[in-house]
Amino acid sequence: MSRLAGLFSELKNQGRKALVPYIVAGDPTQEITLPLMHELVAKGADILEIGVPFSDPMAEGPVIQLAHERALANHTSLSKTLEIVSAFRKDNQTTPVVLMGYTNPVERMGYSEFAKRATAAGVDGLLTVDLPPEEASELSAILAEAGIDNIFLLAPTSTDERIAQTAALASGYLYCVSLKGVTGAGHLDVEAVKAQMDKIRAHTDLPVTVGFGIKDGASASAVAPHCEGVVVGSALVESIAASSTDAAKLAACELIADIRKAIDSI
Amino acid sequence: MTKQAMENRFPDFRNFPDNKGHFGIHGGRFVSETLIHALDELTEAYQRLSADPAFQAEFDNDLAHYVGRPSPLYHAERWSREVGGAQIYLKREDLNHTGAHKVNNTIGQALLAKYMGKKRIIAETGAGQHGVASATVAARLGMECQVFMGEEDIRRQALNVYRMKLLGAEVISVTSGSRTLKDAMNEAMRDWVTNVDNTFYIIGTAAGPHPYPMLVRDFQSIIGREARRQFAEQAGGQPDALVACVGGGSNAIGLFHPFLEDEGVAMYGVEAGGHGVETGQHAAPLSAGIPGVLHGNRTYLMQDSDGQIMHTHSVSAGLDYPGVGPEHSWLKDIGRVNYVSINDDEALAAFRKLTLVEGIMPALESSHAVAYAEKLAQTMRPDQSIIVNLSGRGDKDIHTVASIDGIGIE
Repeated sequence: MSRLAGLFSELKNQGRKALVPYIVAGDPTQEITLPLMHELVAKGADILEIGVPFSDPMAEGPVIQLAHERALANHTSLSKTLEIVSAFRKDNQTTPVVLMGYTNPVERMGYSEFAKRATAAGVDGLLTVDLPPEEASELSAILAEAGIDNIFLLAPTSTDERIAQTAALASGYLYCVSLKGVTGAGHLDVEAVKAQMDKIRAHTDLPVTVGFGIKDGASASAVAPHCEGVVVGSALVESIAASSTDAAKLAACELIADIRKAIDSI
Repeated sequence: MTKQAMENRFPDFRNFPDNKGHFGIHGGRFVSETLIHALDELTEAYQRLSADPAFQAEFDNDLAHYVGRPSPLYHAERWSREVGGAQIYLKREDLNHTGAHKVNNTIGQALLAKYMGKKRIIAETGAGQHGVASATVAARLGMECQVFMGEEDIRRQALNVYRMKLLGAEVISVTSGSRTLKDAMNEAMRDWVTNVDNTFYIIGTAAGPHPYPMLVRDFQSIIGREARRQFAEQAGGQPDALVACVGGGSNAIGLFHPFLEDEGVAMYGVEAGGHGVETGQHAAPLSAGIPGVLHGNRTYLMQDSDGQIMHTHSVSAGLDYPGVGPEHSWLKDIGRVNYVSINDDEALAAFRKLTLVEGIMPALESSHAVAYAEKLAQTMRPDQSIIVNLSGRGDKDIHTVASIDGIGIE
């Protein structure tokens, strides 16, 4: 069983929800990413989503765009991101790590080469924001062969037909985008998420995490009852960015502890 | 080449793109899930409306009476004589309303928006020509219009920015990334994903996710259809070569597409060589790029070994883009079109030359095609002919040329 499948089955038995923080590799320095990953786990993260820096992060709001720009300013590449995951795996063999990014860096490295190096580094899943199922069959087959879960987005605009098509190709979990918009948008509508989750449930038993617009304990615990996990990106990236020293950046992970508390007490 | 040989050598161009928007390995739909539904809707609406006589009649009527089509095909006799080779004909897209070929596409897409009941238009722009053409059709149809433009381009193209404002559009400054066209396109995509229910995104070039490359090509193909008929009437037969500049490639695909099956017609797409392709400071992905994924399609891109999109350079803002429309990438792969480059200095010299010799001031973008046509004509006989797509007029570039000459114009 993959690390992701194992985790979700364990959480289900415990009646808990997955807490999934997102940070961008190399933001703002390559040195801080590894200690941040360990700190996030210590504060209660179940899965780490690590953003792979890209020059044109089309699906991101301003906060995460800036994170990509900071990471690129210090030349954090996909290769470097894999090195960081590899270093993380030396001390942590249990927490699943999912890379979230855009197609081009993966395509430039080569799908097979990526799968080989990601497996060696201990990556559990890949989510390419701009690779919908109709373009993903080649990469999905290679990832499946390598035992890396292929994670796809579902959106408020996804039709029943697409939900079925996506679920058929997906493994690990599905990432449900809570709203029409970019990351960090401020118009989360819990009722709409609930309706969307009902639609998704009709087509798949895969675990579903919800992201975009979840920024604190209140928004996380409003969404959590309807899904298997919550993703926290922009709010975390912003509070890390607002902290000037490395010690303060690690302290900013307290946000994850707060959200952990909130979703554990629903 | 015989017709049979042509058929054996190339696939049937009419079958491309396939139903997923692919041109060979290029094209497709590489966007986040939220936009898929909107692209499906657009594809469906376009298929329905392009077969609808009422829609076609309205489009044709607008092209005739609002844009001023057909645009002339002009035999540049004096320039041809001076060059001393092939006869050069100019397809005068510079004479269209708003001064460039861009309006053919914005008329078509705005009509789609109207028929689809969308009330709000967004567009990206580099030099401002597509922004102006979008603001123009929005004004005419009474639609709200917002144009995304890189902060750097807003500074370089103040005249067009003000022009858009006069037309009632809001120009939104994009401060992310390199603050130029590619970032404006990212920001327009972000707006579209947020306001997808009421908004129509008018993409300005033959790139982006399917169906955009196809529908922009179809709307721009009026250029080639007219040129083909006009050349037959004026000179008889077919031209020996076509030349057009390629940034995203909408004017080039518009000229080329109706001629693709004409085996005797050679085609040259001219990219921006900037300071020279060998310097790395250029905007010539077909000459020096490798295939990758950006802005919703797979195509040749200027990218580094980590897959990051590189900064581009061209004296012409309209060619300053790291990608290219996917059909051009495919036409390169199958060898139907030759892609070449012209650097900044050559384009500037051609701008001056055509202005002096023919009294026609080409846009700096089009000046790249003019410069290559001059080189090509010299290798040809006087009984041979070239059609150059003069895609836009150069008024917008007078400031740029003046400042290169060290002259400040208020």
